[in-house]
Amino acid sequence: MSLSSKKDSSKHGKQINMLRRDTLRYLAMGSITLISGLLKPISVLAKWNKAAFSSVDFDEAIVAYFPGQEIDESEQINIGVHSIVEDGAVVPVKVKTDLPNIESITIFVENNPNPLIASFNFTTNCVGFISTRIKMQNSSNIIAVVKSEGALFSTRKFIEVHEGGCG
Amino acid sequence: MASSIRLKTKIRDGVTTVRAIIRHPMETGFRIDSETNEFIPPHYINEIVIKHNGSVVITCDWSRAISKNPYLSFMFEGATIGDKVELSWTDNRNNVDSTETLIK
Repeated sequence: MSLSSKKDSSKHGKQINMLRRDTLRYLAMGSITLISGLLKPISVLAKWNKAAFSSVDFDEAIVAYFPGQEIDESEQINIGVHSIVEDGAVVPVKVKTDLPNIESITIFVENNPNPLIASFNFTTNCVGFISTRIKMQNSSNIIAVVKSEGALFSTRKFIEVHEGGCG
Repeated sequence: MASSIRLKTKIRDGVTTVRAIIRHPMETGFRIDSETNEFIPPHYINEIVIKHNGSVVITCDWSRAISKNPYLSFMFEGATIGDKVELSWTDNRNNVDSTETLIK
Protein backbone atom coordinates (compact mmCIF):
# COMPACT_ATOMS: atom_id res chain seq x y z
CA MET A 1 0.00 0.00 0.00
CA SER A 2 2.74 2.42 0.94
CA LEU A 3 4.70 1.62 -2.22
CA SER A 4 1.83 2.38 -4.55
CA SER A 5 1.10 5.61 -2.75
CA LYS A 6 4.73 6.70 -3.19
CA LYS A 7 4.65 5.87 -6.90
CA ASP A 8 1.64 7.90 -7.97
CA SER A 9 1.99 10.45 -5.10
CA SER A 10 -1.67 11.24 -5.55
CA LYS A 11 -3.69 13.03 -2.92
CA HIS A 12 -5.23 9.76 -1.88
CA GLY A 13 -1.81 8.17 -1.38
CA LYS A 14 -0.67 11.05 0.78
CA GLN A 15 -3.72 10.66 2.92
CA ILE A 16 -3.00 7.00 3.47
CA ASN A 17 0.59 7.83 4.36
CA MET A 18 -0.60 10.40 6.90
CA LEU A 19 -3.03 7.90 8.30
CA ARG A 20 -0.29 5.29 8.59
CA ARG A 21 2.05 7.76 10.28
CA ASP A 22 -0.65 8.75 12.77
CA THR A 23 -1.48 5.14 13.50
CA LEU A 24 2.19 4.38 14.13
CA ARG A 25 2.52 7.41 16.35
CA TYR A 26 -0.52 6.42 18.42
CA LEU A 27 0.77 2.86 18.66
CA ALA A 28 4.12 4.12 19.92
CA MET A 29 2.46 6.40 22.45
CA GLY A 30 0.28 3.56 23.62
CA SER A 31 3.18 1.20 24.13
CA ILE A 32 5.12 3.86 26.04
CA THR A 33 2.21 4.33 28.44
CA LEU A 34 1.88 0.57 28.71
CA ILE A 35 5.56 0.11 29.56
CA SER A 36 5.60 2.94 32.10
CA GLY A 37 2.50 1.37 33.57
CA LEU A 38 4.30 -1.94 33.95
CA LEU A 39 7.32 -0.33 35.58
CA LYS A 40 5.19 1.28 38.30
CA PRO A 41 5.47 -0.13 41.82
CA ILE A 42 2.57 -1.52 43.86
CA SER A 43 0.48 1.62 43.44
CA VAL A 44 -1.67 0.22 40.66
CA LEU A 45 -4.97 1.32 42.11
CA ALA A 46 -4.34 4.98 42.77
CA LYS A 47 -1.58 7.29 41.73
CA TRP A 48 -0.27 9.73 44.35
CA ASN A 49 -1.76 13.02 43.18
CA LYS A 50 1.26 15.33 43.41
CA ALA A 51 -0.56 18.46 42.17
CA ALA A 52 -3.27 18.13 44.80
CA PHE A 53 -0.89 17.25 47.63
CA SER A 54 1.46 20.17 46.94
CA SER A 55 -1.33 22.70 46.46
CA VAL A 56 -1.26 25.47 49.09
CA ASP A 57 -4.84 26.67 48.73
CA PHE A 58 -7.85 24.72 49.97
CA ASP A 59 -10.07 25.40 46.94
CA GLU A 60 -7.21 24.57 44.58
CA ALA A 61 -6.54 21.31 46.41
CA ILE A 62 -10.21 20.32 46.15
CA VAL A 63 -10.27 21.07 42.41
CA ALA A 64 -6.98 19.24 41.84
CA TYR A 65 -8.11 16.17 43.71
CA PHE A 66 -11.71 16.05 42.51
CA PRO A 67 -11.54 17.77 39.10
CA GLY A 68 -14.91 18.87 37.78
CA GLN A 69 -16.92 17.08 40.44
CA GLU A 70 -19.62 18.55 42.62
CA ILE A 71 -19.52 18.06 46.37
CA ASP A 72 -22.72 18.12 48.42
CA GLU A 73 -22.98 18.77 52.14
CA SER A 74 -24.13 15.72 54.06
CA GLU A 75 -25.17 15.09 57.63
CA GLN A 76 -24.39 11.41 57.33
CA ILE A 77 -20.67 12.02 57.90
CA ASN A 78 -19.30 12.47 61.40
CA ILE A 79 -15.84 13.88 62.13
CA GLY A 80 -14.75 12.71 65.56
CA VAL A 81 -12.19 15.17 66.87
CA HIS A 82 -11.92 17.37 69.96
CA SER A 83 -13.05 20.92 69.24
CA ILE A 84 -10.12 22.34 71.26
CA VAL A 85 -6.65 20.89 70.65
CA GLU A 86 -3.63 21.71 72.81
CA ASP A 87 -0.92 20.25 70.58
CA GLY A 88 -1.35 20.54 66.83
CA ALA A 89 1.37 17.95 66.19
CA VAL A 90 -0.89 15.07 67.15
CA VAL A 91 -4.60 15.51 66.48
CA PRO A 92 -6.55 12.25 66.60
CA VAL A 93 -9.24 12.27 63.89
CA LYS A 94 -11.98 9.75 63.24
CA VAL A 95 -14.30 9.90 60.27
CA LYS A 96 -17.47 7.83 60.34
CA THR A 97 -20.20 7.64 57.77
CA ASP A 98 -23.42 5.71 57.19
CA LEU A 99 -23.38 6.38 53.45
CA PRO A 100 -23.55 3.20 51.34
CA ASN A 101 -20.73 1.73 49.20
CA ILE A 102 -17.91 4.00 50.33
CA GLU A 103 -15.16 4.36 47.75
CA SER A 104 -12.95 6.84 49.54
CA ILE A 105 -12.60 9.16 52.52
CA THR A 106 -10.44 12.25 52.05
CA ILE A 107 -9.39 14.63 54.82
CA PHE A 108 -8.57 18.32 54.31
CA VAL A 109 -7.43 20.95 56.82
CA GLU A 110 -8.34 24.33 55.40
CA ASN A 111 -5.56 26.44 56.97
CA ASN A 112 -2.65 23.98 56.77
CA PRO A 113 0.31 24.79 54.47
CA ASN A 114 -0.90 21.94 52.26
CA PRO A 115 -4.63 21.49 52.89
CA LEU A 116 -4.90 17.96 51.48
CA ILE A 117 -4.00 15.66 54.37
CA ALA A 118 -4.84 12.12 53.42
CA SER A 119 -7.03 10.00 51.24
CA PHE A 120 -8.18 6.47 52.02
CA ASN A 121 -9.43 4.41 49.10
CA PHE A 122 -11.62 1.45 49.95
CA THR A 123 -12.75 -1.69 48.26
CA THR A 124 -16.42 -2.58 48.58
CA ASN A 125 -16.32 -4.61 51.78
CA CYS A 126 -14.99 -1.82 53.99
CA VAL A 127 -16.97 -0.14 56.74
CA GLY A 128 -17.29 3.66 56.51
CA PHE A 129 -14.77 4.36 59.24
CA ILE A 130 -11.23 5.64 59.44
CA SER A 131 -9.09 6.72 62.37
CA THR A 132 -5.70 8.40 62.23
CA ARG A 133 -3.63 11.24 63.72
CA ILE A 134 -2.84 14.41 61.84
CA LYS A 135 -0.90 17.67 62.24
CA MET A 136 -2.56 21.10 62.29
CA GLN A 137 -0.71 24.40 62.11
CA ASN A 138 -3.53 26.77 63.12
CA SER A 139 -7.12 26.75 64.20
CA SER A 140 -8.99 25.58 61.14
CA ASN A 141 -11.88 23.70 59.62
CA ILE A 142 -11.37 20.00 59.08
CA ILE A 143 -13.24 18.85 55.99
CA ALA A 144 -14.03 15.22 55.29
CA VAL A 145 -15.05 14.30 51.75
CA VAL A 146 -16.66 10.91 51.25
CA LYS A 147 -17.16 9.27 47.88
CA SER A 148 -20.23 7.10 47.95
CA GLU A 149 -21.68 5.39 44.87
CA GLY A 150 -19.73 7.75 42.62
CA ALA A 151 -20.99 10.96 44.26
CA LEU A 152 -19.11 13.21 46.67
CA PHE A 153 -20.35 14.35 50.06
CA SER A 154 -18.63 16.49 52.65
CA THR A 155 -18.91 17.81 56.14
CA ARG A 156 -16.75 20.20 58.13
CA LYS A 157 -15.88 20.90 61.74
CA PHE A 158 -14.00 23.86 63.22
CA ILE A 159 -11.08 23.00 65.52
CA GLU A 160 -9.29 25.44 67.81
CA VAL A 161 -5.56 24.72 67.98
CA HIS A 162 -3.46 26.24 70.78
CA GLU A 163 -0.01 25.22 69.58
CA GLY A 164 0.77 24.58 65.91
CA GLY A 165 2.28 21.27 64.92
CA CYS A 166 3.76 21.84 61.50
CA GLY A 167 6.97 23.75 62.22
CA MET B 1 16.15 -5.02 62.40
CA ALA B 2 12.75 -5.08 63.96
CA SER B 3 9.88 -4.14 61.71
CA SER B 4 8.77 -0.52 61.64
CA ILE B 5 5.15 -1.66 61.70
CA ARG B 6 2.97 -2.92 64.51
CA LEU B 7 -0.14 -4.47 63.05
CA LYS B 8 -3.07 -5.75 65.07
CA THR B 9 -6.36 -7.24 63.97
CA LYS B 10 -9.48 -8.23 65.80
CA ILE B 11 -12.65 -9.79 64.49
CA ARG B 12 -16.07 -9.30 66.02
CA ASP B 13 -19.47 -10.08 64.45
CA GLY B 14 -17.88 -10.52 61.04
CA VAL B 15 -16.21 -7.11 61.11
CA THR B 16 -12.43 -7.02 61.28
CA THR B 17 -10.76 -4.02 62.90
CA VAL B 18 -7.22 -3.35 61.73
CA ARG B 19 -4.94 -1.09 63.76
CA ALA B 20 -1.43 -0.15 62.76
CA ILE B 21 1.33 2.01 64.18
CA ILE B 22 4.34 2.68 61.99
CA ARG B 23 7.63 4.02 63.30
CA HIS B 24 8.51 6.90 60.97
CA PRO B 25 9.72 10.50 61.49
CA MET B 26 7.16 12.04 59.08
CA GLU B 27 9.33 15.14 58.60
CA THR B 28 7.42 17.95 56.92
CA GLY B 29 10.39 19.88 55.62
CA PHE B 30 9.19 22.95 57.57
CA ARG B 31 11.16 22.19 60.71
CA ILE B 32 14.51 23.89 61.36
CA ASP B 33 17.40 21.95 62.85
CA SER B 34 18.45 23.98 65.92
CA GLU B 35 22.13 23.05 65.51
CA THR B 36 22.69 23.72 61.81
CA ASN B 37 19.93 26.33 61.37
CA GLU B 38 18.84 24.56 58.21
CA PHE B 39 15.54 23.03 57.23
CA ILE B 40 15.28 19.33 57.94
CA PRO B 41 14.43 17.80 54.54
CA PRO B 42 10.96 16.28 54.13
CA HIS B 43 10.72 12.57 54.83
CA TYR B 44 7.28 11.07 55.02
CA ILE B 45 5.22 8.04 54.09
CA ASN B 46 3.00 8.76 51.12
CA GLU B 47 1.53 5.42 50.17
CA ILE B 48 0.13 2.54 52.18
CA VAL B 49 -1.44 -0.64 50.85
CA ILE B 50 -3.27 -3.12 53.04
CA LYS B 51 -4.19 -6.53 51.68
CA HIS B 52 -6.41 -9.31 52.94
CA ASN B 53 -5.41 -12.76 51.65
CA GLY B 54 -3.52 -11.09 48.80
CA SER B 55 -6.27 -8.76 47.56
CA VAL B 56 -6.21 -5.04 48.29
CA VAL B 57 -8.60 -3.80 51.00
CA ILE B 58 -7.51 -0.19 51.31
CA THR B 59 -4.90 2.12 49.83
CA CYS B 60 -3.91 5.34 51.57
CA ASP B 61 -2.40 8.43 49.95
CA TRP B 62 -0.80 10.51 52.65
CA SER B 63 0.71 13.96 52.89
CA ARG B 64 3.36 15.07 55.35
CA ALA B 65 0.58 16.26 57.67
CA ILE B 66 0.09 12.81 59.15
CA SER B 67 1.62 12.81 62.63
CA LYS B 68 5.00 11.33 63.50
CA ASN B 69 4.81 7.58 64.06
CA PRO B 70 1.54 7.32 62.14
CA TYR B 71 -1.52 5.56 63.49
CA LEU B 72 -4.17 4.08 61.24
CA SER B 73 -7.31 2.14 62.01
CA PHE B 74 -10.15 0.94 59.79
CA MET B 75 -12.68 -1.88 59.55
CA PHE B 76 -13.67 -4.31 56.83
CA GLU B 77 -16.02 -7.25 56.37
CA GLY B 78 -15.64 -10.70 54.87
CA ALA B 79 -12.61 -12.05 56.74
CA THR B 80 -12.40 -15.06 59.05
CA ILE B 81 -10.01 -16.14 61.78
CA GLY B 82 -6.66 -17.27 60.39
CA ASP B 83 -6.79 -15.02 57.31
CA LYS B 84 -3.70 -13.05 56.39
CA VAL B 85 -3.54 -9.25 56.58
CA GLU B 86 -0.55 -7.51 55.04
CA LEU B 87 0.51 -3.87 55.29
CA SER B 88 3.18 -2.20 53.19
CA TRP B 89 4.30 1.41 53.05
CA THR B 90 6.41 3.56 50.72
CA ASP B 91 7.87 6.94 51.68
CA ASN B 92 9.00 9.88 49.57
CA ARG B 93 12.57 8.52 49.51
CA ASN B 94 11.27 5.21 48.15
CA ASN B 95 12.02 3.35 51.36
CA VAL B 96 9.63 0.46 51.83
CA ASP B 97 8.63 -1.87 54.61
CA SER B 98 5.90 -4.43 55.06
CA THR B 99 4.58 -6.85 57.59
CA GLU B 100 1.83 -9.42 57.84
CA THR B 101 -0.30 -10.90 60.56
CA LEU B 102 -3.00 -13.53 60.94
CA ILE B 103 -6.46 -12.51 62.13
CA LYS B 104 -7.12 -13.79 65.63
